[in-house]
Amino acid sequence: MTGKIGFILGNEAIVEGALVSGATFFAGYPITPSSEIAERASRRLPQVGGYYLQMEDEIASIAAIIGASIGGAKAFTATSGPGFSLMQENIGLAVMAEVPCVIINVQRSGPSTGLATKPAQADIMQARWGRHGDHSIIAISPSTVQECFDLIIFAFNVAETYRCPVLFMADATVGHLREGCVLRSKDEVEIINRKRPPEGLDEYYPYKADEDLVPPMATLGGHYLSRFHSSSHNEKGLPTSSPEEAKDLIKRLYDKIEKNKDKIVKYKTFDVDGSDYLLIAFGGAVRAARQAALDAKKRGLKVGVLQLQTVWPFPAEYVCELAKDKKGVVVPEMNMGQIIGEVRKAVPDAIPVVGANRYDGEPLAPYEIMKALDEVLSL
Amino acid sequence: MSRRSKEVSWKAFLREESLPHQWCAGCGYGVILKSMLYAFEKSGLAPKDVVVVTGIGCWGKADDYLYTNTVHVTHGRALPIATGIKVANPSLKVLALMGDGDSATIGGNHLIHSSRRNIDVTAIIANNLNYGMTGGQYSCTTPLDSRTSTSWYGDPEPALDICRLTETAGASFVARTTVYHVGTIERYILMALSHEGFSLVEVISPCPTYFGRYNKMPKAPIMLNWLKDKAISIERAKNLSEEELSGAIVTGVFADKKGHSFLSRYNEIQARAKKDLEGE
Amino acid sequence: MAIPEGEIMVVEGKKFRIEMRRDRCKGCEICVEFCPKKVFEADELGRPVPVRVDDCIGCGACELRCPDFAIEVKSKGVS
Repeated sequence: MTGKIGFILGNEAIVEGALVSGATFFAGYPITPSSEIAERASRRLPQVGGYYLQMEDEIASIAAIIGASIGGAKAFTATSGPGFSLMQENIGLAVMAEVPCVIINVQRSGPSTGLATKPAQADIMQARWGRHGDHSIIAISPSTVQECFDLIIFAFNVAETYRCPVLFMADATVGHLREGCVLRSKDEVEIINRKRPPEGLDEYYPYKADEDLVPPMATLGGHYLSRFHSSSHNEKGLPTSSPEEAKDLIKRLYDKIEKNKDKIVKYKTFDVDGSDYLLIAFGGAVRAARQAALDAKKRGLKVGVLQLQTVWPFPAEYVCELAKDKKGVVVPEMNMGQIIGEVRKAVPDAIPVVGANRYDGEPLAPYEIMKALDEVLSL
Repeated sequence: MSRRSKEVSWKAFLREESLPHQWCAGCGYGVILKSMLYAFEKSGLAPKDVVVVTGIGCWGKADDYLYTNTVHVTHGRALPIATGIKVANPSLKVLALMGDGDSATIGGNHLIHSSRRNIDVTAIIANNLNYGMTGGQYSCTTPLDSRTSTSWYGDPEPALDICRLTETAGASFVARTTVYHVGTIERYILMALSHEGFSLVEVISPCPTYFGRYNKMPKAPIMLNWLKDKAISIERAKNLSEEELSGAIVTGVFADKKGHSFLSRYNEIQARAKKDLEGE
Repeated sequence: MAIPEGEIMVVEGKKFRIEMRRDRCKGCEICVEFCPKKVFEADELGRPVPVRVDDCIGCGACELRCPDFAIEVKSKGVS
């Protein structure tokens, strides 16, 4: 199917992108609206010598992909709200033990079992803070089927580069959307594989980082014995209760993402130069935002759109730079207002920031964004 | 006695510099650890071929004392993580070391489904009949009516039989022994290591610090003799009534079945899927 | 018998030599209880002293049962 144009679901494009990335292992538990990912993975992976495991729950699913990644595979899972909640503890394990993997959350309306078949973007703060303990996290959000394909490849690349879990925050509007998608082949995209330690070391220290703050990851069964650890540990991968070692580890885990932010943050802009107003959106809401900007143009308003393809780490400096000469900012989200808090922190106080929010399980519509824009205009 | 030296001595798997270990005086886990190392020696495995996954609990500290690949993970999740490692890298010998809390209580669902899946992983369950690390609270294997730090007036919950559970769920090798019956630990682990499919060895272990102290057995020798008295071989147990077996620890091999492991089954799935792709 | 702390205590019997890692021993008294020849007696910390080392038959029960990797029994002449 490679190199062709497919008319496929966002959820299906995610699987095809993962395969191009070299993923050979999926473990999951069926849940609406992500199940098409499991279904396609269950067919496609064994075709290419990979594995699909249907686990007993989402806790086991995330655990199994962490294991598979430790075992040397590129691994991913997919879920939605309730399953994402169950996965949080072991996402923390992947952070601490530095295990690259990709977790797809096709967001649906909550809380709890909520509106199972309907979209939302209300897990975006959970994506940032769902685990206990200090750490940074990478979260990426697609707004089109093409981005499901392209950005999942990017998600695997950053997971492999920084030895960390990457959260792929899709939503039901995009996951269940069917549109054209160029299914690029392996040769047409950049594929990054995890860094391995050099041969011939006297002793391999599994958590001794290079200058980029990322430790090389040995192949199990290869030259070196490897240790992975969920508790505070030293460079040898042995547990420690030393305050200095604990602090150094937490700081490095945080810095390896925050200090490499310029390489991790991906965004798109539409008509931002010379615009008076700015819409800042991610995921499915981008589609409504772009239409709202076009509608506003007809009214003679100059409105640009900033699409956050990487939501976490949040590009506060860039948002500030872009917004500082604007008359106002609107943040459309399919939630009660989550990422708007980050935008408010980032932009100068004098610039009004208004949310366009929908949290009834229905996709955000352009007219609702226009209403928010009118509110900004009236200020 | 010093053991006859095989290709790789058991000591090659031991991080001697980490001794003395952190387990209490009279804790049986050092005995189980040593028996496992003996089994490694006899199995002909090299440290780099072995991956030991440990969860949380006293037995979860075992990786600190090992020169193998080690993966120390969250409470209750050693089995699904071991599953991922084995499937991604089938040439490795993957073990999951879990206590009674880790394996059967918080991780009970994974234990059932790893058994059913017949995944090619060896589980070594050290069952000390309570949560030792957190101060001696009752677990799902604590005997009914026992005193623990959270069942001061007796544990109201009946104990779970890990071997019967996993045998019923489909585990193809299941054995139980106790730290008193020390020679059988190595023997059963060796059998488990050479088994294709899910293999499980449960070892009932003395915890004189908590379970023993709360139940009038404050020293290891008393607890070991208690295990000796409680143990009934599975062969003898077959002729005993449920009443006669009440409170007994049935020891022996519960299941030793040859048959399809998860990986052998999945290899067939892959062959079918590849054929389907070629036919497209 | 003086017990040097943190050192290997080696006691020679007629047929066997018992090497004890006193720095690893936690004094659980398992070896004292389960030696079939009652070779050991516990000191005031519960740690074993092989007072009847000549009675040792080299069965290895103490080594096998020791949870602390603290005892090795060796035939004389084997290093």
